Amino acid sequence: MTAAVETAQTTTIHGDRVSLLRVLGPAHVWALGVGIVLVGEFTGWNFSADKGGALAALIVCWVVGLLYTSVAMIDSEVTSTVAAAGGQYAQAKHIVGPLMAFNVALFLVFAYTMLEVSDAILLGDTIVAKAGVEGLTHNSFIAATIVVLAWLNYRGVLMTLNVNFVITAIAYVSIVILFFSVSPWTQGAVLKLNELVTPANALPYGWIGVIAAFQFGIWYYLGIEGTTQAAEEVRSPARSLPYGTMAGMITLLIAAAMTWYVCASLMPWEYLGITYYPLWDAGKLTGSPLLENLLFIATLLAALASANGCINDAARAWFSLGRDRYLPSWFSAVHPKYRTPYRSILFLLPIALAFAFIADLNQAITFSILSGVLQYTFMSINIMMFRKKWPLGSIRRGYTHPFHPLPAIVLFCLCMVTFFAIFLGFGSQLIAMTVFYFLISLWFHFYRYKFVRRGDQFSMPWPKPQGY
Amino acid sequence: MARYTPPEQSKAGQILDIAVVVVAIFVALWLPLKLGFAGAAKSIDPLDAKTWDALGQNATMASIWEKLGYTPETAHDIIQNRFHYIIDWPTLIIMAIVLIAYFVFLFRASDKEYREVINEKFDDK
Repeated sequence: MTAAVETAQTTTIHGDRVSLLRVLGPAHVWALGVGIVLVGEFTGWNFSADKGGALAALIVCWVVGLLYTSVAMIDSEVTSTVAAAGGQYAQAKHIVGPLMAFNVALFLVFAYTMLEVSDAILLGDTIVAKAGVEGLTHNSFIAATIVVLAWLNYRGVLMTLNVNFVITAIAYVSIVILFFSVSPWTQGAVLKLNELVTPANALPYGWIGVIAAFQFGIWYYLGIEGTTQAAEEVRSPARSLPYGTMAGMITLLIAAAMTWYVCASLMPWEYLGITYYPLWDAGKLTGSPLLENLLFIATLLAALASANGCINDAARAWFSLGRDRYLPSWFSAVHPKYRTPYRSILFLLPIALAFAFIADLNQAITFSILSGVLQYTFMSINIMMFRKKWPLGSIRRGYTHPFHPLPAIVLFCLCMVTFFAIFLGFGSQLIAMTVFYFLISLWFHFYRYKFVRRGDQFSMPWPKPQGY
Repeated sequence: MARYTPPEQSKAGQILDIAVVVVAIFVALWLPLKLGFAGAAKSIDPLDAKTWDALGQNATMASIWEKLGYTPETAHDIIQNRFHYIIDWPTLIIMAIVLIAYFVFLFRASDKEYREVINEKFDDK
């Protein structure tokens, strides 16, 4: 038994010790990660074309892919060693301290809840656009999506992720089918890349546009780190988490490249930059009703899979905060029959519904991206502290990532570039959210922390960290 | 080191804390929307001549716009709606200060709390 497995924690309900169920394998980890992220190919990434042009969207696809490869490498090492529900939250608790853990959990909850909101808006808008019925609004579709998926999550993690595996696989295959259906090896017949992306319009804002495009380039992959949220429900965390996460990253890099190539070869960058459903539009522009309908269904499935995974992840981060008394312990209840963090699921449900009705798609996406980038900044510093406090050989690691500290440095630098990218166009929103995190941190440090049991925050069977 | 025993929180206290968190979430996410802070800083650069040529669209691009149901008039506000990347230095400096101050506080306060955790965890043994 690995050290990680030994740390599965329990919650007391009516006098009984109840824990989350260890039922998941690598395929579920892949489905959780890719399921959350794949919707980024169906909407969101294309807003990077709006900020910098079609070529900028391709450049950030690969450079941000490097950022996420660093995230996946770092995350795989830390999570395979600190395998507990809450993922990066549990890592922060053991490596940096309670306040950082509190913030990281909030980053996770906001990133995933706003991603869920974006998914629901996308789904609603796609159905309304397909129906073409005057007066039909997306509200009922949004509400139904969020409520039904919350119910599914309430009923159990295995069923939730089995559903995710199937719908994610269908959505992914649809991108592959679209790619091979448009004869990607020839230009002129269906694809017209060199007529749509010309030297004159490839980078309409110059290189500053490429930097600005980083903001939505994040959307190609945002959420892959969510695989770690299932750490306490995976049968073999040391094997399944690195394998599932890295396989997910490879899958997404391929999907992102195919998506850019097809979309940039089928529509002008100005339209690509503002459409809510670039792949569905690509399907339409091929002139094939079969592809159009396939991509319509795949867009809905990708949004469903993502929202489903987001509810799963946000609820687990919130649950962890309650279990450690960083928030009222009421949230730490595990359902006695379904063994899910049901109160956290129910608590986050109206918040998601409220924002789905007051925010539009790119605002919700920006909220999610901001929290994500704050989290990645933490991760780059966290791995340096982890290696310093417990050097290689001092504790058993499920996986050790190569080239340290290069991935951490790359990740940190790319996060700084992304902050600057968000500043270019969305600076006020960035400042407003950072001020919020600052104020809530003061609330935690000077008030809420008194309810926290100090020694209980360190549950790993590790030696004392070096330097303490 | 003596083991710290946290106070038990009353139900009313728990409800109050939940309310604080809910209000904070809505203020953080809703207020920027309400105040117009959220969303892209874009504006339209209007053109007098609304033709595909004037909009910088070649024949292939124009045919795709038309396939998507647009005319030069309806596409004008999409094509000419642009970002204007002018670096506002005071805002950039404020953003950098807020971010750095936040992270410095986060790591320093976390370290103080972490030392309490480590002392209690390991000094008990």
